[in-house]
Amino acid sequence: MTATAPSPYQVDAHGYYGPFGGAYVPEMLYPNVEELRDNYLRITQDPEFQREFQQLLTDYVGRPTPLFLAKRLSAEYNTTIYLKREDLCHTGAHKINNTIGQILVAKRLGKKRIVAETGAGQHGVATATVCALMGLECIVYMGEIDIERQKPNVDRMRMLGAKVVPAKSGSKTLKDATNEAMRHWISNPTDTHYIIGSVVGPHPYPDMVARFQSVISAETISQLLHQTGRATPDFMLACVGGGSNAAGAFYHYLDEPKVRLIAAEAAGQGIASGHSAATTALGKPGILHGASTILMQTEDGQVTEPYSISAGLDYPGIGPQHAQLFATGRAEFLSITDKQALDAAFQLSRLEGIIPALETGHALACLPLIGAKKDDVVVVCLSGRGDKDLATYTKHLEEYA
Amino acid sequence: MNRLTELFQRKTADVLNVYFTAGFPQLNDTVSILQALQEAGADLVEIGMPYSDPVADGETIQRSNQQALENGMTVAKLFEQLQGIREQGITVPILLMGYLNPVVQFGVEKFCQRCQATGVDGVILPDLPLEVYERQYRPLFAQYGLKVVFLVTPQTSAARVRQLDALADGFIYLVAAAGTTGAQTDMNADVDAYLSRTKALGLQNPTLVGFGISDAASFAAASRHTTGAIIGSAFIRLLQQTPAERQPLAIKEFVHSIRA
Repeated sequence: MTATAPSPYQVDAHGYYGPFGGAYVPEMLYPNVEELRDNYLRITQDPEFQREFQQLLTDYVGRPTPLFLAKRLSAEYNTTIYLKREDLCHTGAHKINNTIGQILVAKRLGKKRIVAETGAGQHGVATATVCALMGLECIVYMGEIDIERQKPNVDRMRMLGAKVVPAKSGSKTLKDATNEAMRHWISNPTDTHYIIGSVVGPHPYPDMVARFQSVISAETISQLLHQTGRATPDFMLACVGGGSNAAGAFYHYLDEPKVRLIAAEAAGQGIASGHSAATTALGKPGILHGASTILMQTEDGQVTEPYSISAGLDYPGIGPQHAQLFATGRAEFLSITDKQALDAAFQLSRLEGIIPALETGHALACLPLIGAKKDDVVVVCLSGRGDKDLATYTKHLEEYA
Repeated sequence: MNRLTELFQRKTADVLNVYFTAGFPQLNDTVSILQALQEAGADLVEIGMPYSDPVADGETIQRSNQQALENGMTVAKLFEQLQGIREQGITVPILLMGYLNPVVQFGVEKFCQRCQATGVDGVILPDLPLEVYERQYRPLFAQYGLKVVFLVTPQTSAARVRQLDALADGFIYLVAAAGTTGAQTDMNADVDAYLSRTKALGLQNPTLVGFGISDAASFAAASRHTTGAIIGSAFIRLLQQTPAERQPLAIKEFVHSIRA
C-alpha cells in the first residue's frame, strides 16, 4: 500500500485520470467548483473534520460494516466469498458515507442549503437524512418518471423534511435530475452546496466522493487480515452505475495489481437490445455532467437514455476514474443482464438470508463468471439492501418459486 | 477581415445579437431565419447547435433544443444548411453556440474547417474550460479564423475576468445575473453596478450582455455600460408562437420593437 510514484489511477494535480476527468462546466459554475477544488483537501484532512466524520460513521451510520463469510454461497461456487455489508449502513446503502462527508464540507464552507439529484431515491434519502441531522434546507431533484416508480423513497425524503422537485426536462430520469440540480446550483451560486451522489461530475467531485467511500476498502483490509491473515483478496466485485461503491471498494487496492477488480455494469435486456446501460460496452469517450469520461451517445454526440431494471445503474456514463480503470485494463467490466441480476438476488436471499438491492444483484451475478478457484478469496461489495426493490422482486416471485 | 471584428470596429454601442436554435421550429428554418434577422437589422446572429443536456439553459431554450433534435438537427446537418449562405447574400456575422460534446464527436478540427468553409465567424462553447481551450484548441481556432467568446458572470473574480479577456478575441458575454438563460433578470441596481464595475476593468474585448434581455427597456438598460446585448429566449418564444407564414414579418417586428 506504499505508493512511491503517483498512482496512474488516482486524480492528478489538474483534476484528471489520464485523459478522463477535468471540470467541463460553464463559467456560471466555475466559482462554485473552484471554491470546492481549492478547499476540499484542506477541509477533509483537518483532524477536527476527521474526528467528526469518523464519529458519525461509527455512531450514526453504524460502521464498521461487517465483512461476512458467506459459506453457502461459497460452497455453491466452490470458492471463498466474503460480503462487505454496506447494506447494513443507516438508510440501507453505502450512499450515506458520501453524504455525511459532503454535508460536513458544506457546513465548513458556510452553505445554508443543499441540492442533490437522485435516481432510485437512495442518494436522495441519504442526503435528506444528513440535512435533517445538520438542520440544513434540502432540495432533491428527481426525474418525474422516477418519482412515479420509486414512491416509497419519495415519501421517505418528504418525511425527512426534504423538498422533492420533479425534473420534467429531457427524458425525466436521473440524467435530467442531474441537469436540474446543476441548474439550481447555477441559480444559487453562493449559499448552496451540491451533494453529487456518485463519483461523477466536475473535479473535485469524483475524487472527493471516492475518498469518502474509500472507508469500504479501508475496513475490508483490516477485516480480511483479521479473518484470513491476508489483507488483499484475489477478487473485488462491485456494481457500477456512476460507480461510487465500486470506487470505494477498489480504492485501497488500485495499486495492488494482484487484486482483480471486477466492475458489473447493467446490460439491461442485453447489450444489443437497445435497452441497456452497459456504458463501457456501448459508450465512447466524451463529456457528460462536467467530466470527460465514457458515455453512451449518438454519433452526433447526444447523450442517449440508458435502461436497467435497477434505477441506481440507469445512468449513461461512468465516473472518470472508472473510465481510466477501463481504458488501462486495471478493472474488468462485465455486462450483467436484468435476468442475471434477478437470479443472483434470489440466490443470495435463499442461500444467505440477505435480500440485496437490484444494483448489488449485478455484482453478485459476476460470481460464476470470474473463474475463482477453491483457495481464492472473493469480496463482493454488498452495496445496498433490497427493501426498495421489493415491488420488482414481487413481480418475479413465481419464477423463483 | 473577420465579420465579427469588422462589426465591432464599425459599431461600438447598441449592438444587437439575436440567438436562435438551429432546426427550430422546423428543421429547415435556419437560413430563412438568418435572412429575416439580417433584413430586420440584427447586428450579429448566434446559432445554437442543439444538445440533449443543455445545463446552462432555461426551459425555453431546453425545449427548442429538444424539438430541434426531434426534427433531426445535427452538427453535420447544420453545416449542410449553411453551405453557400455567404454567396447568397448573408453578410451578418455568425457565431455558433453549443456544448462541447457534439463538437468533440464531430471532430474539433473538422468543425473548425467547416466553420471556415461556410463563413462562420466565431464560437461560444460554454462548457469548454478556459484552461483546456488554451492548452488544446487555441491554435486550431486561430488557424481557421474563428473568434472565441467567453462568458463572465457577476460571481467571476476580476482576476478571472482579465484571464478570460486575454484569451477571448470575439467579445465577452456578460451573464446578467446568476441563473440559466431566460431567467427573469430585473435590470436593477445590482446588475447596473456589476456592468459598470466590469466596464471599469477596461477590457480589450467588446462586451455584450445576455440572460433575461427580452424587450426595448431591458436592451437599453443592458447596453448603457456595454457594447450591446443578446436576446435568446424571448426570440425563441416568438418563433414558437408564430405561424410559419408570418415568420419573416414577425421577426422584423420583433427586432424593430427591441430597437424602439
